[in-house]
Amino acid sequence: MTWRGVGVPLIACAIFLAFWEWLVWVNGWPNFKMASPSDLWPAFWRFRDLFFTMGWDTLWRTVVGLLLAVAFGVFLGMIMGLSRVMRDALYPLLVGFNAIPKATVVPIIALMFVGQHDFNTILMAFMISFFPIAVSVSIGLSTLEPEYRDILRSLGASRATIFWKIALPKTLPEFFGALKVSVTLAFIGTNLMEIVSPHGRGLGALFDSGKTNSDYPLMFAVLVALAILGIILYYVVVLLEKIFAGWAERPAS
Amino acid sequence: MGNLIEIKGVRHAYRTASGPLPVLDGLELSVPEGGFVAVVGPSGCGKSTLTRLIAGLMTPDEGEVWLHGARVTSPRATVGMAFQNPVLLEWRTILKNVLLPLEIVPTKLTKKQAEERARHLLNLVGLSGFEDKRPSELSGGMRQRASLCRALIHQPEVLILDEPFGALDAFTREDLWQIMHALKAEEPFTGVLITHDLRESIFLADEVVVLSGRPARTQYVLDVAVKGARDIDHLYTPEAAEMLNVLRHQIAIAQGRELPATTRRAAQ
Ligand SMILES: Nc1ncnc2c1ncn2[C@@H]1O[C@H](COP(=O)(O)OP(=O)(O)OP(=O)(O)O)[C@@H](O)[C@H]1O
Ligand SMILES: [Mg+2]
Repeated sequence: MTWRGVGVPLIACAIFLAFWEWLVWVNGWPNFKMASPSDLWPAFWRFRDLFFTMGWDTLWRTVVGLLLAVAFGVFLGMIMGLSRVMRDALYPLLVGFNAIPKATVVPIIALMFVGQHDFNTILMAFMISFFPIAVSVSIGLSTLEPEYRDILRSLGASRATIFWKIALPKTLPEFFGALKVSVTLAFIGTNLMEIVSPHGRGLGALFDSGKTNSDYPLMFAVLVALAILGIILYYVVVLLEKIFAGWAERPAS
Repeated sequence: MGNLIEIKGVRHAYRTASGPLPVLDGLELSVPEGGFVAVVGPSGCGKSTLTRLIAGLMTPDEGEVWLHGARVTSPRATVGMAFQNPVLLEWRTILKNVLLPLEIVPTKLTKKQAEERARHLLNLVGLSGFEDKRPSELSGGMRQRASLCRALIHQPEVLILDEPFGALDAFTREDLWQIMHALKAEEPFTGVLITHDLRESIFLADEVVVLSGRPARTQYVLDVAVKGARDIDHLYTPEAAEMLNVLRHQIAIAQGRELPATTRRAAQ
């Protein structure tokens, strides 16, 4: 933790907030048009219990959806990365599925499994976030230079050994790159579902109730809370990346 | 002494989208135990294919590959390989990279003995002190040395080198040639070296095999007068110049730029 690592981002944040406050003040925007940073804290404090329970709902459902996406994405990526035939068969399907804007899927799922709010939300987070993982793992595996395989294969190593000792570790950097994208996507998925579902829970639902009551400070406070959750999740992934794929970082020069 | 490597009448074609591509056609090669053979030939003639056949990574369409009196049909732990690309694993230290083959092949060495052997090999190639570094912290030449150690750690009978020094600068290359001789003096392996460098071939090998253009067959075999370890000065003798000249002409013939001597005479 250095001055550059902590101080500089903090100052940048402070400048951003000050600029925002100034913008609202100088234009004389009322509360129902644009909230200013100084409105956020009271809004948060008024609903602090809700923020914590709703925030927790959003967080755990996003994480569960993400874990499912990792499991399924890695599995799919392995199948496509190790077999040409499966890649040719699955890739177009996958691209097609990914091309559908997920916002259109939300009402369908909400109707399909009415009342199963947790399930719906997790499903949405999962569906929106497994694609980058599957693609990165499959590309990582299929672009493994043949010499890497030959080094072990020439000693009589099995396919499984080659996978564990070489292919898997070698794809970890790509995997974590994709996971960073997926974290953000899963978050979007969770919130889409929370906002759209009637009687939903989570920060998305809190945002929706703010909208219904034209409570702009509340809506903005939710946005900030979402940003904070997103940042936490992102840096958890960065930490995991440091632990498991830290070797991929070139020594600073 | 019998031949450790025996290749008889090998024919092989790759199946490609535009039909079969014959790569080897009637290849003969034998290497005595403890011998060191260099294989040279035009680019794309099938040299790497030959190494894959010896290593048992593929089987030929026709003909036979024998290693130590046994027909090769699949990979075997008695082979060590090094390529132009050192292919070290970035997430392992140099020491752990060198030890990798021992995680695959059965070994009588204890963990401690294995590590000692790895350190000994690294010392031989001048890498002591770098055991705990990552490959990315080493230069290209150093990485190639580490990859040589990895190829030898499990005491293979056969060491297959596919242009291992091809990507290195001239000085590093000469350095590694000397290291090869030092390794050969300590480790009883039989070597097959693929190379594009004729000087390298006569400096390292006891015998240089010239392959014809694709599909490759054995076109010419040159017996290098000096066997075993030799000094770099050996490359600057009239005998060496004569050998290089012969090889150069053979390569030109293999590339189809020159007619074989007999045909030339007949044409006159
Ligand atoms: N897996 C493969 N499938 C189809 N064709 C191949 C395959 N591997 C090699 N070839 C072709 O076979 C020929 C011989 O390849 P090989 O790699 O053995 O040549 P080489 O003598 O090692 O070449 P170089 O000197 O450039 O390394 C080349 O024309 C190459 O295009
Ligand atoms: Mg080659």
